[in-house]
Amino acid sequence: MSPESTSLFSQLMAIWLATPEIVRITVLVVAVMLTVVIVVALLTLAERKVIGFMQLRIGPNRVNIPFIPIRGLGQPFADVIKLLMKEIILPARASRALFLTAPIISVTAAFATWAVIPFSPEFVLADINAGLLYVLALTSMGVYGIIIAGWATNSKYAFLGAMRAAAQMVSYEIAMGFALVGVLMAAGSLNLGEIVRAQSGGALAWNWFWLLPLVFVYFISGVAETNRAPFDVAEGESEIVAGFHVEYSGASFATLFALPEYANMILISALAPILFFGGWLSPFDGYLAADGALGLLAAPSFFWLAFKISIFLFIYLWLRATFPRYRYDQIMRLGWKVLIPVTLVWLVAEGVMAWFQVGPWAVTGGMQ
Amino acid sequence: MVVEILFYAFAAVLVGAAVGLITSRNPVHSALFLVLAFFTSAAIWLMLDAEFLALLLVVVYVGAVMVLFLFVVMMLDINVEELRRGFTRYAPLGAVVAFIMVVEIINVVWVRKLGLELAQAAPPLPVDYSNTEALGRVLYTDYVYPFEIAAVILLVAIIAAIVLTMRHRPGLKIQNVASQVAVRRQDRVRVVPMESVRRPAQDERAAGEEGETP
Repeated sequence: MSPESTSLFSQLMAIWLATPEIVRITVLVVAVMLTVVIVVALLTLAERKVIGFMQLRIGPNRVNIPFIPIRGLGQPFADVIKLLMKEIILPARASRALFLTAPIISVTAAFATWAVIPFSPEFVLADINAGLLYVLALTSMGVYGIIIAGWATNSKYAFLGAMRAAAQMVSYEIAMGFALVGVLMAAGSLNLGEIVRAQSGGALAWNWFWLLPLVFVYFISGVAETNRAPFDVAEGESEIVAGFHVEYSGASFATLFALPEYANMILISALAPILFFGGWLSPFDGYLAADGALGLLAAPSFFWLAFKISIFLFIYLWLRATFPRYRYDQIMRLGWKVLIPVTLVWLVAEGVMAWFQVGPWAVTGGMQ
Repeated sequence: MVVEILFYAFAAVLVGAAVGLITSRNPVHSALFLVLAFFTSAAIWLMLDAEFLALLLVVVYVGAVMVLFLFVVMMLDINVEELRRGFTRYAPLGAVVAFIMVVEIINVVWVRKLGLELAQAAPPLPVDYSNTEALGRVLYTDYVYPFEIAAVILLVAIIAAIVLTMRHRPGLKIQNVASQVAVRRQDRVRVVPMESVRRPAQDERAAGEEGETP
């Protein structure tokens, strides 16, 4: 690094540190939100491309960005422009104020959760003690957007969608909460950064190895919480047209449905590595020498987290291309009679392991 | 200064939501005002450093209880006018309750003004204090038996509620999931081997049509 660039860097750093704290926080918050929005846009394209590939189609391939040889890369941006230009239709008998509040609640809950996600060892917006509880609280707020939208529309289809969403979210929240309790028992902390640090020591020290049943329960209920296929009965376009968002159009559709749904998908896919797969930690940590030729691979970094997030996002898309939609009673049965008993049994098993100091509890003494 | 502004903002929203809860004509709006009231009180608790209780209030009451409540209120077609008919009859009772509550609050404020030891605000907590941990420690050590008894009472209540709704009337259709899953192909589908047959009449007609075309 030349001395000039060093001085430029230190100058920038000095300017950054000299700005008032509230400005710095605002800049960081906006940066995280913009990143999430851009990833949402790319995810919609990835979804169409991946499902297209799985169904032997090409997917979007007409809207290109000049000089970038990925066909269809401009598609999500064209979609955004289209959605923002369209008219927002208010149904005549709808409850006007609530109809317009629902998208705001949805999108606020979806974005506010990102405040506690630790992106790398150094960077997290709000490093709070009860991070996991905060995540649970805000994901449970998201359902209000759907319920209010369904009710305020004053349409039978939308209302059915809202009812389904409410029942489904409440049921799967319990299974997910129990799965998170298992993570708490392993890490001994509610702080997401601490949870990641408790897993350090290579791929086998991560939580998934000892909490494997909870990994499945967590991800299945995560898919159900985000109302994605095969649990997307709240939309159920073949039965109830489009469920809760049937009367929404244009920008209100984008903020009620598209943006929160995809942001929540990314959130669930980001929490999965943080809780079970070592977050920003490297799988080769402890297997490759840190000062060796491949030392960079063993170092913890944001790229490991991004890599793990994209794997889980791919699983989301894969599920959607593979499974038919569950029937409503099957969803309820899976949540209450399969997932919750599995978590309860595994919590007891975990308690026994911690009591006899088996596995990770022998080393870290997470339970003390 | 900022803390005071935030407190009064949250308090104003909370009072507004409470007023909206009892004055709105639509029961769904009332339930949503109650959600807002819960959420705002959670925010005020957060300002008092009670982050565990605040988040639990949101998770339990906003995330679960009120969703089920809304579920029921939206399904039932409640006639508000009928509910209001008893208003004048119960108004004196309500006034008495309100009066008692106001007296109690004044009492608390007055006692605090006296400067007694027990009524003082708690001293500021250290930075690394986690009230999740503190609550857990107290609940599972000092008060473990009351805690377990409360849990058992709740379990009994759950089972009682389920038993009350389980009525075995005749002609009830119940799915047996195990037998549904155990179904094999042989139970539902019968493959009949058949020889493919050429139907002579059709062939002749086809041949005839072919011959007639010029």
